[in-house]
Order: sequence, then structure tokens, then C-alpha cells
Amino acid sequence: MADKIAVEGLNAWFGKTQALHEINMAVPENSITAIIGPSGCGKSTFIRCINRMHEEIRGAYSSGRVILDGEDVYGSGVDPVLIRRRLGMVFQKPNPFPTMSIKENAVAGIILNKRLNRHEIEETAEKYLRRAALWDEVKDQLNKPGISLSGGQQQRLCIARALAVEPEVLLADEPASALDPISTAKIEDLFTDLKERYTIVVVTHNMQQAARISDRTAFFLSGRLIEYGTTDKIFTNPSDKRTEDYITGRFG
Amino acid sequence: MKTDFRYMRRKVFGTTMLGLSLLAALAAVSMLFWILGYTFIKGVSAVNFDFFTKLPTPVGVPGGGLANSIVGSIIVVGMAALMAIPVGMATAIYLSEYGRGFFASTVRFVSDVLAGVPAIVAGIVAYALVVTRMHRFSAFSGSVSLALLMLPIIIRSSEEIFRTVPDTLREASFALGVPKWKTILSIVLKTASGGLVTGTILAIARVGGEAAPLLFTSFSNSFWNFNPGQPMATLPVDLFNYSISPYQDWQQKAWAAALVLVGMVLILNISARLYLARKGFKRNG
Repeated sequence: MADKIAVEGLNAWFGKTQALHEINMAVPENSITAIIGPSGCGKSTFIRCINRMHEEIRGAYSSGRVILDGEDVYGSGVDPVLIRRRLGMVFQKPNPFPTMSIKENAVAGIILNKRLNRHEIEETAEKYLRRAALWDEVKDQLNKPGISLSGGQQQRLCIARALAVEPEVLLADEPASALDPISTAKIEDLFTDLKERYTIVVVTHNMQQAARISDRTAFFLSGRLIEYGTTDKIFTNPSDKRTEDYITGRFG
Repeated sequence: MKTDFRYMRRKVFGTTMLGLSLLAALAAVSMLFWILGYTFIKGVSAVNFDFFTKLPTPVGVPGGGLANSIVGSIIVVGMAALMAIPVGMATAIYLSEYGRGFFASTVRFVSDVLAGVPAIVAGIVAYALVVTRMHRFSAFSGSVSLALLMLPIIIRSSEEIFRTVPDTLREASFALGVPKWKTILSIVLKTASGGLVTGTILAIARVGGEAAPLLFTSFSNSFWNFNPGQPMATLPVDLFNYSISPYQDWQQKAWAAALVLVGMVLILNISARLYLARKGFKRNG
């Protein structure tokens, strides 16, 4: 498998506090990569650096390179707005737009950037709601507000919304941590299906989840990448003592 | 036993204070109802169909109304709103979405100071800026003075409302590859629209009853006038002129004007609340 993303010498700061130290990591195409580690270890900062969301926080900045298909995301003249269309993101808390219906939310990323006629909206909304495994549950209430759905449905709506922009990569920041086990299982199944089309990087607190769905796992601690390898290897035979301690629940 | 005594004492003290604060609240509210009631009793007899449709009559001639100043008030306040809303909204967007550092805090400070400027000072400024240059009183100059009063109210209330839009929505939009300006127009403004409309209506209601700045800007007029470059009658100014006159039928008209003015402000306030309630309901529905 070719590398979709290659992170080289990535450092990130919040003001004077350094959150990431010299991260080097390659993410293969059409795979799920899980990022695990205790709270505050820089997991979220890491994936927010990949689609240049980190710099939206006041006082936050980064250095290093993030190569997406051979092109540096941080290269001069690269517009972060256009980069984000190639790197979709799903957040910890579902955040559908409260003023928009389910249908409008699904296609929000498109209609905010260009005009679609009613027919195109219907068609596109259905396509991506299906892809996010939500269609059957919402097809009779497409004009209801997006926030009228349950938390798990809202999160799949947000996934549909992210997919509708046709990204190549899906970055997910603890997408199931606010959800019940059944909704979580649905999101996990969905990610496994989506892997055929997309490259997925998912931050998770839940180690079982990482073990269940990911091909590769990266363990972060205090802003450093401690160990990175196939999920099998990380969970059964880690080479670093700290990884083993974390996996076996000795800290974190 | 000693602790019981202390407990009792605290309980008595607490109950007494609760009673006192209730009494204070009652006093404040009853003043408002007294004003409303008194205005109603004094004014209602002079409020009739003619009051809303006829021009004022000369002293001693019975009948007539204040149709021109009701319409005048709507025009002067409306033009003020047209001036203050775009500038106020744009400033609020700047402050909440972009503004950091020295310049933004200066703008915020200046708008706070502006909010504390007495209404009559806004009138003098409009007089100096507009009336002395046009060499006559005009509805336009009155609107300028009211716009000066509305501006800080709109800026601060809108900024507060923009800040209640959760950052997670802005992030969701950025992450979809939507540029910042588009995010502000399509997500932030739309999400905040209920509060913005309410805040603006309240700002309009707040300046709608101002007489002081209009006394020497839009002045007054006994006839119909729809030209913003000419003096225009407004309800608050007529109320003032009529109430200090020695003629009984004019004083009666002043009470009626007061009642209509209070009624208009009340309607604006109630519609603002209703709008917000409906909007909030829809959002949760």
C-alpha cells in the first residue's frame, strides 16, 4: 500500500507550550490508523495539524511537513481552505448546523461553496446519507432539523457531511466517545466499510476500539510518538515498555 | 441548643431579607404599572380614529390628530435604523470574529463610552454635523442623532449574540473547506439571526421614544412632510411641545401622544420577545 500521508518532523505549539515534538509517521492509503494515548498527549493536535485546523486556534502554530500525495500541505501558496476539502474531519461532539435540515446538513459542505438545484441536493444528500449508513433511518424526515436526531445519528450525519465534500482522507477526533455502545458499533462498522474508498485516521480513547477497527496504531505520550506499527504488533507485542504499560492499563 | 438558636436566627434573617427584596421588586414593577395606567387613563379619551388620521388643528379648533408625527416618527426612526444596523452589525462581526488586540479593545471601549453619551449630546453632534451645514432642521439630521444612539446598543448586543454561536460550528464549517467569510455569512449570521433581530428591535424601541436629540434636529412640523431634507414632526417632540403648552386641548393631545408612544414601544418589545420565543421553539422542534 502506498503512503497517503507522510508526516515529517512535525512540531506544534499553543503559544509557548509545545504540544507535539518531532513527529514522523506515514499513513498508508485505504487503511484505518488509530491514534491512542492518554488525555493531553497531543492526539487531537496531531490530526488537527494534518488538515491545518490547528492554526485556527489563536496563538497556535506548527512546523514541519505534512505530505499529502507528494504535496506539502504546509507548502507556500497552499490554501488551507482547499486542503481541508481533501481532508475531511469528524469531531468528538456531533456538530450539525442547527439552522439546517438533515438534508441540508448532509450537503452543507457543497452548498456553502457552490449552488446546487433542488434535484442535485436531493440526489447528493441521498448518496452520502447512504454512504454514512444513515439513509434508512432518516429518509422520511429529511426536512427536519439536523439537531432533532439522536447523538449517534447526528454523528453519522456529520460523517455524511464530511464525505459529501469528496475528501480523500477522513480524520476523526474521538468520533464515538460521546455515544452509547450501539451507536459506537455503528460508527465502527461504518469506518470499516469506508476504508475501501478513504484513508482514515481516528483518534480514540478506547483501546478496544483501536484494536477492533484499525490496521495500524500509533501510541502518543506527552506530545511524542512513542511507537507506531501494525495494530496486531502494538497490542500483542509492543517493543516499548511505555506502550505496554499503557495497553495493559498500568497508567493513563 | 446554641446551634439551634443560630439556625433560627439565620432562618429569620433569611426570610426577612427575602420579604424585603420582594417588596423592592414589587415597588419597581408597580411604578411601571402606575405609569402605564396613568398614561392610559389620561390619554385614552383623546385617542380616536382622528388622532391617527388627521393633521393637528390650530389652538382652539377642536378635533384633529397627530397622524403626521406618527408617520414622522416611523420615518425618522426607520432611517436611523437603516444607518445604524449595517454599520453596527459589521462592527459586531469584526469584534467577535476578527478583532483582537489593541484596535479591537479600543473599538469596544469607544462603543461603551458612546452608549453612555446622553441623548441630548447626540443631538448636538447631529446639529453641528448636519443642521449647521444644511442650514435648516431636517428629518435626516434627526435620524443621524438617533443612529448615533442606536449604534453602540446594536454593536454590543450583536457582539454578545455572535459570541453565543458555538465555536464547534465555525470549526465544522472550516473543516468542510468553507472560507472564513462564507462561514460568517452562512453559519454564524444565520445561527445568530434570532438574537440579532431581537437585539435590533430592542435598540429601535430604545431610541423610538427619544425627544431631546430631535428637538433641534428634526424639529417639528404641523403639516405632512415626507422629505427627509425638511423638518419633520415626531411623536416625542410633539409630546414635549404640547405638554408645555398652556392650552388644555393640546395637553390632552400630549397625553394621547404619550399613550401611543408607549404603546408602540410596548408592541416592539413584545414582538421581539415573541420572535425569539418562536425562533427558539423552532430550533428545538
